[in-house]
Amino acid sequence: MGHFTPENLAKAKNTISVYPQARSALIPLCHLAQSQDGYLSEEAMVEIAELVGVSPAEVRGTASFYDMLHTEPVGKHLVSICTNIACMLAGAYELLEHATESLGVHSGQTTSDGEITLEEVECIAACDRAPCVSVNHRFFLDVDPDTFDQLMTDLRSGKHSSEVPSHGTLSRVERSLGLAVPREQVAEERAAADKARAERKAKAEAAGADKK
Amino acid sequence: MTVTQAPKIVTSRMGYDDSHTLERYLATGGYEALKKALSMNPEAVHDEVTASNLLGRGGAGFEAGRKWSMLRPNPVRYLVVNGDESEPATFKDRELIERDPHQLVEGVLIAAYSLQVTQAFIYIRGEFALGIERVTQAVNEAYSHGACGNNIFGSGFSVDLVVHPGAGAYICGEETALIESLEGKRGFPRIKPPFFPAAIGLYGEPTIVNNVETMSNLPWIVLNGGEAFAALGEGRSTGTRIFALSGHVNQPGTYEVEMAKPTFRDIIFDPSLGGGVRLGRDVKAFIPGGVSAPWFGPEHLDLRLDQDEVGKAGSMLGSGSIVVMDSATCPVRAAWRIARFFKRESCGQCTPCREGSGWVDKTMRRIEEGAGREEDLDLLLDICDNIAPGLTWPPAQTTICVLGPSIPSSVVWAIRMFRDEFLVHIKDGACPYA
Ligand SMILES: Cc1cc2nc3c(=O)[nH]c(=O)nc-3n(C[C@H](O)[C@H](O)[C@H](O)COP(=O)(O)O)c2cc1C
Ligand code: SF4
Ligand code: FES
Repeated sequence: MGHFTPENLAKAKNTISVYPQARSALIPLCHLAQSQDGYLSEEAMVEIAELVGVSPAEVRGTASFYDMLHTEPVGKHLVSICTNIACMLAGAYELLEHATESLGVHSGQTTSDGEITLEEVECIAACDRAPCVSVNHRFFLDVDPDTFDQLMTDLRSGKHSSEVPSHGTLSRVERSLGLAVPREQVAEERAAADKARAERKAKAEAAGADKK
Repeated sequence: MTVTQAPKIVTSRMGYDDSHTLERYLATGGYEALKKALSMNPEAVHDEVTASNLLGRGGAGFEAGRKWSMLRPNPVRYLVVNGDESEPATFKDRELIERDPHQLVEGVLIAAYSLQVTQAFIYIRGEFALGIERVTQAVNEAYSHGACGNNIFGSGFSVDLVVHPGAGAYICGEETALIESLEGKRGFPRIKPPFFPAAIGLYGEPTIVNNVETMSNLPWIVLNGGEAFAALGEGRSTGTRIFALSGHVNQPGTYEVEMAKPTFRDIIFDPSLGGGVRLGRDVKAFIPGGVSAPWFGPEHLDLRLDQDEVGKAGSMLGSGSIVVMDSATCPVRAAWRIARFFKRESCGQCTPCREGSGWVDKTMRRIEEGAGREEDLDLLLDICDNIAPGLTWPPAQTTICVLGPSIPSSVVWAIRMFRDEFLVHIKDGACPYA
């Protein structure tokens, strides 16, 4: 029995099919598993390994390199506060301190109701509207302690559920088809184009030589 | 003041709320450039890019046309677009990705045609969830519009475009790490030589890696000609460029301005741009091109936004991000925060970078928290000298990639510029700004 649902398994196979080598799908499949389970489970890693043709240890080793891939469950909302330079200059550490107190958890921890995991992160590239916060990687900007508390309340009451999908869902837009161009066709087209280019070059050189 | 009325080349649609839609894109001349390119020879398109002298916008500023001519001839070749934007305080690619995804896609297709690649990939930083959705949507629409896939616009040219998400690792912005990541591995940079992507890239095949903003310039260049682009700016710094302005300015944001014309003072103080420093304070220091760049002081405000001029003055335009620190900023804390970033993001392959970044972080933190010793300043300079011997700019490189040699940029320059403030921290046993 595989770990992916039949629907996700089909998506996984489609994803693999768009790469020249299956292993390239490893990270996209980790995201897919996170969208299914909220985190990257051991069982999912085993199945991903099988699908892309590497060992489970290689999936685990690769996933552990990347901050967004969580091999332990996280809260429903992953609340990330940026404290990098622009946000720091705008009071991000004060905001982080406030968040720690008001949520009662430190960076890396989850509230006891399982709703919120707090984390301190590096620049998320929204520095003109610092301090910046993201929730499941959806951005909330110009955040101060008051708007932060309001945001937490709203997240818990489900007010943002349309903009902020559950943790792990990266893109709600899917690729609509596999590869459109068969590999042999591309190869043929490129060979023909290279030949045509060489001919143009030879012709231009011959014309240049004539002029001389 | 030399804030010129240059055309907006990559941000022309930013005024529209629906700038990301195919409808808006088509209504504003979208995909005309691709059609024009397809009517030319691939090498003629390349010639226009060379004539434009478009410098790569990812940080290193290498001429795009020249890079393209280095692509090793081979039946299989790839184009990879770098949308990993994670250099702290850099936020211009995210805007292009989210707000004008079709312009990016069109640029990629033009490059794919000119380079006659087998397949193209757009690697987007994983944290850009909205950006990934927008570009995926744009790619889907490009396929159904006939701009991508089989026999594009009936031209006989076919290519597939794949959007690839990252998963959170700054180092994957480095082009060879990005390729490793795209191959489904940890983002460990490869050693150059031999692993120059144009020779040995994705799956070992020749690969061109270009930045999102670099690609987004191509539709305009094809429509208006490389010469029109080169007529803007000055010397090697042609065209316009997006500068991302953050920190203590009244109007932080992204501003597309003509290259080499405005100065740092213009971009920080002009009412149509940064609008001056908050609370009317003075500029204490500013970072001219991302946190990998050495800091500048007020005496550098009149340098022009010109790649070579800034390089000669001892720093770089890098990723085009300017961070302004006002007179109330603690330079120790600011430099420490940058050091901590490098410590967290070092991939750990090279000893000077892995160990050095940890030591710098620890020592800087100690000073900032008031527990530093006077010898710590020499210790910091010594560690940094081990990472990038000589502490010059550009830095000497003893590591696989240039993340390592970027570590001293903030720390060493902060010590050089603000030594007395470091000493106050040490003497008073506390941060005077806390
Ligand atoms: C540590 C490090 C991080 C980098 N991050 C990025 C990045 O986020 N985006 C980018 O386009 N280039 C980044 N670069 C530069 C790339 O290696 C590469 O030079 C660039 O993508 C080439 O594109 P261009 O020629 O169009 O500028 C980074 C380089 C280093 C050493
Ligand atoms: S310099 Fe640092 S980031 Fe670059 S390869 Fe070496 S250890 Fe990794
Ligand atoms: S520094 Fe916080 S988003 Fe860039």
